[in-house]
Amino acid sequence: MVPLSYYLVLSGILFACGVTGFLIKRNIITIFMSIELMLNGVNLSFVAFAAQWHALSGQVFVFFVMVVAAAESAVGLAIIIAVYRTRETLNVDRVNLLKL
Amino acid sequence: MTPNLHLWLIPVLPLVGAAINGLFGKRFSRQTVVAIALGFCGAAFVMALWIAFQFSSLGLPHIELLASWIRAGDFQVDFAFYLDQLSLVMLLVVTGVGFLIHIYSVGYMWEEAGFYRFFAYLNLFMFFMLTLVLASNYLLMFIGWEGVGLASYLLIGFWFTKDSAASAGKKAFIVNRIGDFGFLIALFLMIKHFGSLNFVQVFRIVFRMPAEVAGTGLLTSIGLLLMVGAAGKSAQLPLYVWLPDAMEGPTPVSALIHAATMVTAGVYMVARSHVVFDRAPQALMVVAIVGTLTALFAATIGVCQTDIKKVLAYSTISQLGYMFMACGVAAYSAGIFHLMTHAFFKGLLFLAAGSVIHAVGGEQDMRRMGGLRHHIPWTFWTMTAATFAIAGFPPFAGFFSKDAILWKAFSSEYGSWVYWAIGVFTAFLTSFYMFRLWFLTFFGEYRGEAAGHGDEHIQVIDSRAGAPAPHEHGRGGIHESPTVMLVPLVILAVLSFCGGWVGSERFDKFLSPALHAEVTLSEEAAAATSAPDSKEQGNSETLFTSISVLAAVSGLFLAWLLYHRRPQLPQEIAHALGGFYEAVVHKYYVDEIYAAVFVKPLIDGSTRILWHGIDRDVIDATLDNGAEGAREVSDTMRHMQSGNLRSYAGWIAAGAAVVIAYMVWLGAR
Repeated sequence: MVPLSYYLVLSGILFACGVTGFLIKRNIITIFMSIELMLNGVNLSFVAFAAQWHALSGQVFVFFVMVVAAAESAVGLAIIIAVYRTRETLNVDRVNLLKL
Repeated sequence: MTPNLHLWLIPVLPLVGAAINGLFGKRFSRQTVVAIALGFCGAAFVMALWIAFQFSSLGLPHIELLASWIRAGDFQVDFAFYLDQLSLVMLLVVTGVGFLIHIYSVGYMWEEAGFYRFFAYLNLFMFFMLTLVLASNYLLMFIGWEGVGLASYLLIGFWFTKDSAASAGKKAFIVNRIGDFGFLIALFLMIKHFGSLNFVQVFRIVFRMPAEVAGTGLLTSIGLLLMVGAAGKSAQLPLYVWLPDAMEGPTPVSALIHAATMVTAGVYMVARSHVVFDRAPQALMVVAIVGTLTALFAATIGVCQTDIKKVLAYSTISQLGYMFMACGVAAYSAGIFHLMTHAFFKGLLFLAAGSVIHAVGGEQDMRRMGGLRHHIPWTFWTMTAATFAIAGFPPFAGFFSKDAILWKAFSSEYGSWVYWAIGVFTAFLTSFYMFRLWFLTFFGEYRGEAAGHGDEHIQVIDSRAGAPAPHEHGRGGIHESPTVMLVPLVILAVLSFCGGWVGSERFDKFLSPALHAEVTLSEEAAAATSAPDSKEQGNSETLFTSISVLAAVSGLFLAWLLYHRRPQLPQEIAHALGGFYEAVVHKYYVDEIYAAVFVKPLIDGSTRILWHGIDRDVIDATLDNGAEGAREVSDTMRHMQSGNLRSYAGWIAAGAAVVIAYMVWLGAR
């Protein structure tokens, strides 16, 4: 039996990777992937706790997160395509028309 | 039950006229404006006459309540009007002389741009003056008091584009404020100690005050404070400085407000408050001294003035001094008598002076007049009547009233030979400067350059005398004024001639219910003391009368000698007197002294301490620095709102990290 702390540390590392990628990357697709990474880092801790405490609610919650993430990536990718079509770039720093 | 006289209509009628002309007058033709102004003012006069005719059948004092105004516990002030002999005299003088001056103004102001505005102000003045005269309590009187000040300010500054007129208006208003301050404090004292401002109640309380209380400070302070108010409004020492400057206004205004009616409000107020003054001998003495000194002081200044209106202004101050002298020796009826005759002859003098100014094209300097009696005979003869009246020649009006004052100044229980002597000397000076004016204006050769040569020359004089563009009278040589201006002159001349024939004795008897209403208790005692020496009084009164007539005649003679017979002599005398003459010409440098002592420190203090010190360096600085600080802080904070998505995310991450670190720390503890 792998101890709970291993999962949690891995989950933390995944989340930290996601945050770092979100902060330093300019490519909008990479940022998007970083968000998914963060979500999955959190999912991992959910299932780890669920397995540890034999509680189903954690597993159920992960499904919810996955569903929401899928919907979110569908909308997000659509926006990215729309942005690319009009701006011809995926660099977030250049998508700045609304900035003051 | 006495009939309802609708007294409130008398002041309100001119107010309606003022409202109509003031609000819509711009669109009316001049004829309509005149019809409205004269109509409402005349209606007030007719009402006053109507009241005078049924006066004997009234129960006096006749008080009419219009509406209740202030009720605060026991303290109550009403819109109520008070009619007795004193207010009737004032009512007739104000409406009568006021109406005549309205008529005169039609001719005098016809060419002016603000014609409707002038008549609106004039009617407004009538409203406030009649409120003042008819008020039945001090607060309502104070409304009229302030209102006439306002009307005076508006009319002095009638030619407001002219800088000197605008500042003269301000000066009048500000100096009057000082006097009003005293008046107000007197009112507060009355509210505090008597709990009422109603004439009837206040006088009853004052009269019933036990002797040991009455002699102490309260009544004296009330009397002195009332006198401060009166000195401001009636241009007495030391607050007289505004009146000569007030001559910047149109001449009918000088006649109506600054000679005949408004400036006498102080005399009326003192006479109305006679119950207070009767019980405060010290205050009464101050009134007499102020009046006497003012009479002398202003007369000496009047001797050296060259502006025809300025001479009359100082003469007005001097004559008002006489009235206060009379009030100060408790001869209120003599003061009011002089007030009435003065309204006739001084109103006439100003109107005639206006006619002269009109005739010579806006010139006011007597040194550039002369020989006018053939050109403007009507003005000459009416002005002659007024001059003889003010100088005190029998049987003109001024003789009777001035003689009554001088006699009372000597014979009254509060009187003294000092008052009398100064009074007689002032009468001599009065006669001298008035005949000086008369000779300089009407006799000798015409000294203006424009002697009937037409427009160009008059314009030259105009610009040299500094006469402003809007004030353009009489184009085309010396000419008599139109009939509409002459009719009031003639009526007033008749009044100046025979207005005094009533006689001060009969006048005194008529006014005595109003002025001695409460003295019934001491009447017997008074009768006992005055009866024996009445015959002796009769003899000495004749002597005193002849002395004052002699003073008037010698004034005439001296003026004739100096300004008609030997016109170069005044120069030599002035030369011989040197510094003293200079001081008198510069009005004893009073304006300069006031400027140095009061005005300049006030301006400097306001500029340096209040403006620069407090306003700019404290109040403004606090606000400015606060705003500046907020701006700087926001300037730094602004950079957090960069619009950069990843920087927001960074902040969120940092915040989350802090929260987690805190929780870890909590858990580890």
